[in-house]
Amino acid sequence: MRAPVGVWATEAEQRPRATDGRAPDVFSRDGHVPMRQFEDGEDVDFAIVGTGCGGGVLAAKLAEAGLSVVAFDAGPFWRPLADFASDEREQDKVYWLDERLSDGDDPIELGSNNSGRCVGGSTVHFQMVALRFRPEWFAARSRLGYAVDWPVDWRTMWRYYAEVEDALKISGPVSYPWGPDRGRYPYRAHEVNAAGLVLARGAEALGVPWAATPLATVSAPRGKSPPCVYRGFCKIGCSTNAKQSVLVTYIPRALAAGAEIRDLAMVGRIESAGDGRVTGVHYHRDGQWRFQRARNVVVSGYSIETPRLLLNSATDRFPDGLANGSGTVGRYLMVHSNHAVWARFEEEIRWYKGPPSMAVCEHWNYVDDHPTKDFDGGYAFMSQGPLPVDFAKALVSNTGTFGTALRNRMAEYNHMAGLKIVGETMPQAENRVTLDEETDALGLRRARVTFSYADNDKRLFRHSLGFMKRMIEAAGGFDAYETSSTAHLMGGCRMGHSPEDSVTDADGRTWDVPNLWICDGSLMPTAGGVNPSMTILANAARIADRMKALAARGELAARHA
Amino acid sequence: MSETFLAPYPDYDVLAKWDTPSWNEQTREVMAHRLREVPGRRFFDEEEWAVLVAVCERVVPQPERAEPVPIAPWIDAALFEGRGTGTHFATLPSGPEAWRRGLESIDREARARHGCGFAALDATRRDDILEAVDAGDVDAAIWRDLPARTFFRHLLLEQIVALYYVHPDAQSEIGFGGPASPRGYVRLGPDRLDEWEAPAAAKRP
Repeated sequence: MRAPVGVWATEAEQRPRATDGRAPDVFSRDGHVPMRQFEDGEDVDFAIVGTGCGGGVLAAKLAEAGLSVVAFDAGPFWRPLADFASDEREQDKVYWLDERLSDGDDPIELGSNNSGRCVGGSTVHFQMVALRFRPEWFAARSRLGYAVDWPVDWRTMWRYYAEVEDALKISGPVSYPWGPDRGRYPYRAHEVNAAGLVLARGAEALGVPWAATPLATVSAPRGKSPPCVYRGFCKIGCSTNAKQSVLVTYIPRALAAGAEIRDLAMVGRIESAGDGRVTGVHYHRDGQWRFQRARNVVVSGYSIETPRLLLNSATDRFPDGLANGSGTVGRYLMVHSNHAVWARFEEEIRWYKGPPSMAVCEHWNYVDDHPTKDFDGGYAFMSQGPLPVDFAKALVSNTGTFGTALRNRMAEYNHMAGLKIVGETMPQAENRVTLDEETDALGLRRARVTFSYADNDKRLFRHSLGFMKRMIEAAGGFDAYETSSTAHLMGGCRMGHSPEDSVTDADGRTWDVPNLWICDGSLMPTAGGVNPSMTILANAARIADRMKALAARGELAARHA
Repeated sequence: MSETFLAPYPDYDVLAKWDTPSWNEQTREVMAHRLREVPGRRFFDEEEWAVLVAVCERVVPQPERAEPVPIAPWIDAALFEGRGTGTHFATLPSGPEAWRRGLESIDREARARHGCGFAALDATRRDDILEAVDAGDVDAAIWRDLPARTFFRHLLLEQIVALYYVHPDAQSEIGFGGPASPRGYVRLGPDRLDEWEAPAAAKRP
């Protein structure tokens, strides 16, 4: 369908690997594991679109409960040990590089900035920062006076955070300075690298707490995953399997429990019947369009592709797209502001060693009343370790530096350190995904992504820049400069309390179509000031249990009800 | 921009680790392709190509190298192969069109100011034009609705540095560890080095 991006293992980008009753063994260089397969005409309990934090978890937990599951992913099924190189350009192959239109007052960068395209989804490239929401954020409106409340209680989420932290064997500190008790992390924290120690030194100088970042890469052996060797290429795919991505955790579980994974399978349309229920998905694989029948369809394509698929599945009965009676599909899209302060240091930091963010400060997520706090919501910030291209792109796009001056700035790479926020943005109806007139290679209308910061968002990142500059200078940094960018995607099909202003109920079931579900980051009603992956995973684990309970009570269109 | 490059790690070469545990088979394959199979011009026409090469020479000047790190061929190849970045900023035309129009505008800007094409200008005049493009201080009749700074920073500069800093010579010059798998690092603290890293640089001014 499209030219391979990489030069190595291009066959994974050109031909499906999960076929003939077997799927790639992700812990091998060229081996397989057995895989159950279903006929297109077989009415499976669940067709799941996407295999990342949402779909991967669901596929495993539902299959383990004896339900029949086929999970589709538009991208390849990698074997990291054999397929992943230590090379920033080659590894572009893990990202969603098909063009999406980006507009608004503050158009966001997509692609490698926030969008994965492979089995395992964005966890294949995530930087493994494993944080929990602050409990009050689940009731942001009633407890803190901004945005909206989640339809889920924080204590419920707390239990599921523990479940997914155990599933990914998070390596974290003995005690975490912020929020209620969270028990012990399954694995011990990693040694903090020099870049992280800059944050630690600065935090101590300013009198705020810091912590070794809880990370989804193991600090000791786990099954076939070796401990992290601190190679530092985490953001472009881990080639040792130390990283506990969905690809090496939930996907093997799903396969072992009898789920089928279909790689290189782009779902283009959800079919709905005259009674308003959905009947399956049209998907493109191996050069042809096919149709998989299903009793339930779950969309887990993340904040751009999930609304895009719902909108592209419009019918006469649902002219504005499936599950869009409220007009909310695609709306309330959020990012994290990702502003940073960088500085030079006398000593060599060599931030390329180890995971990029080994130290974290959540101080401003937990302070509500402070004379300088002129914004709602919060932000965490972390130490940094960008690879050369990543660092150079931030430098040139923010400063316009070129020529010998650019080479000299880049030659300070080993003396640099940085602090960068994950800053909450407000849910705004006008920040949204719509369909562009232009179509992609499969004839599917492309996504148009519209984003503008709210005034509150700007106050928040300005506050962070001032605080981080003080901190990095207190740590001994000089020649400080700032950059701006965004990270992560949240919302776009939010869950809520009412069909008037949300797409699904608390179970991820769409208000309009009883056997159509959503399970991914697009459900998030607010963004919080932490990396979203653990929240998406925990929410998916919770939704899986709700689906199992509903199935047991006969309230789900499932064979095993 | 007459300063000289200071080369903090003059004796370090990431390629020296080719046959060590820092490099795996797939990385060697990828790097061999990059070093040995530099593609020819297929996307741009001769005029556009000349401008692109002249721009690359000023964005990353490499006067000390007999064989400069090739950049323009890979930009051409990506456009020829239709390789996207995932983002199409609505203020710009699509990738291939934005590149053609941006380079043409730079060249026309040179002709308007100096009466000859960008590639025929000396280094100082080329730099002046690039600085003007970055500042948006350009002839609106030439650039029309193409936003000069967005094109310059988000397409041109970002793609050039993305191709330069994946080359071993560029990684060596900044003292980056280079490819690292299966072997990573042991010593993580400040001023701590494993023996397979670049020796500590001389103190910078």
